Amino acid sequence: MTNPIVRVQGITKTFGDTVKALDDVTLEFEPGIIYGLLGPNGAGKTTLIRVLTTLLRPDAGSAVVAGVDVLADPKTARTKIGLAGQFAAVDDYLTGRENVEMVGRLYGLSIAESTRRATEVLERIGLSDAADRQVKTYSGGMQRRLDLAASLVGRPEVLFLDEPTTGIDPRSRIDVWKLITDLVDGGTTVLLTTQYLDEADQLADRIAVIDEGRLISEGTSDDMKDMLGGSVIELSVPEESQSETIEALRAIVGSEPLVHGVTREITVPAAEGPKTLTAVVRALDAASIIPQDIALHKPSLDDVFLTLTGHPAENPGADEQQPNGRRGRRRRRKS
Amino acid sequence: MTAVTAPSKPGRVAASLPQTIRDIIVITKRNLLRNLRLPQLIILSTIQPIMFLFLFTYVFGGAIGGTLPDAAAGEYINWLIPGLLVQTAAFGAGQTALGLTEDLSKGVIDRFRSLPMARSAVLAGRTVSDVIRNGFVIGLMMAVGILIGFRYQTSLAGLFAGMALAMVFSFAFSWIMATIGLLVKNPEAVQAAIFLPVFPLVFASSVFVPTQTMPSWLRAFADNQPVTVTVDALRGLILGEGALLPGNTVIGQVALSLFYSGMILAIFVPLSVRLYRRTVS
Repeated sequence: MTNPIVRVQGITKTFGDTVKALDDVTLEFEPGIIYGLLGPNGAGKTTLIRVLTTLLRPDAGSAVVAGVDVLADPKTARTKIGLAGQFAAVDDYLTGRENVEMVGRLYGLSIAESTRRATEVLERIGLSDAADRQVKTYSGGMQRRLDLAASLVGRPEVLFLDEPTTGIDPRSRIDVWKLITDLVDGGTTVLLTTQYLDEADQLADRIAVIDEGRLISEGTSDDMKDMLGGSVIELSVPEESQSETIEALRAIVGSEPLVHGVTREITVPAAEGPKTLTAVVRALDAASIIPQDIALHKPSLDDVFLTLTGHPAENPGADEQQPNGRRGRRRRRKS
Repeated sequence: MTAVTAPSKPGRVAASLPQTIRDIIVITKRNLLRNLRLPQLIILSTIQPIMFLFLFTYVFGGAIGGTLPDAAAGEYINWLIPGLLVQTAAFGAGQTALGLTEDLSKGVIDRFRSLPMARSAVLAGRTVSDVIRNGFVIGLMMAVGILIGFRYQTSLAGLFAGMALAMVFSFAFSWIMATIGLLVKNPEAVQAAIFLPVFPLVFASSVFVPTQTMPSWLRAFADNQPVTVTVDALRGLILGEGALLPGNTVIGQVALSLFYSGMILAIFVPLSVRLYRRTVS
């Protein structure tokens, strides 16, 4: 990559003596894309955002954002970035416009400029009609959008969005997605964190999977799905038939089936698609096992996550088994 | 209030003075707008000191009246008002800690810290808006006091000088509260934490009663701590030198009160700005 807009090298941050929030994280990406940081709660996503937005000093490593070393020159870095955190950092008792204008002033814009810019940003974010109402009258989704508007007012080169859709209703979520895509079409670079696999899948041009402070995979959404080698079969069987089923599956697909820590759902790669499924059904039938549910589908990021970390995304730490040799990095240049 | 700098460390570049002042004004305006639009806050924080005024005047007034210096002109309320102004200044400063923890818990501070603004402006804007609010409460208390019989014994200038001194003290105290807020971080816990310094300082003082009847060990503290010094300075300005302990002068008490406020600022401004920089909410 000739001109990465964000370059993170060997960032490590330990809280207290033992909790490694970030462990030697290295990543970089080019301008004009949405970069998704995917991981369960407590994976270190927010910590990385805090380092990149000058809120937290790492113990080791370096980070360059928009050509500025955030550790050596945080003040200049702050002029290049926008941050929308996990909670809408807006004032309930101010109007939408007052909130955005205030942030504009704090970015160093003149009064006239911040007024003009606020109108512009509120228009763009679809809050013009509500702009002069106090924020306490806004819905959760509107507050998040306003928060996003505030982070845009200083024309940041890189926008950091920490879980931009957590806690908002599904419709607002799609509004926020659209907004983010529009922004990137307008030339902004976005780094967002999410614990929702579909969100990373939908939005991100590149995805980094982070778990327990370590970057465990990096690439495009398709790269990741390719790692599973095509489709997967998901099935569940009665508790007493579980081990027998796993044994049968192992014989067919030649690798260790993954078992969901809570639902006990079994996932295996289906290299030959329907043909593999047929083989599985025959084997189960021969063993007189009647599955409660069985399905063949294209791999989701959920499957990718399970394969990479050995535990499902929604249930961190439930199942610490090691992934079987599928861990690895793949990179593909975006054309 | 310029940004406190540590030039030796990389990246700790102070904002320019005009920028710092501008940022302080922006934050002050934001906090004051909040106050104006949340009238419950103003009403509740005003009712409490006025309730104190009535309770102390009518419950204790009769019992204490006889032991007061002549400068109080035989009226407990004349003695009480300067004390209550300082008490209000100290209690009101607690709002600084509450406001800060609230901003911390809502992620507002994270946003501010990620902006290219003066690092000291969030705290200075908070303390400045709180001192303005406390000035309003102090003025209102004075008005209610006059309605129920308070009379200054010196001059109008002395009265205003006294109120101004209470506001200086309130501003200094706000920085102690800012430090407490940044240390405690949690809005519920901070409610209890702010009273830790406030209660001993306000009650072991000359706010409500002359210190002469206190045991000598307590009196040694009470006579010399900043609340008593400031209350005595106010009484000197408002009631005259006769309200002071023998040997003390009005100018001396005023100077000492300003010295205390200056010391508090010299310690707690850099301390809280440092904590602010490091705070992880």
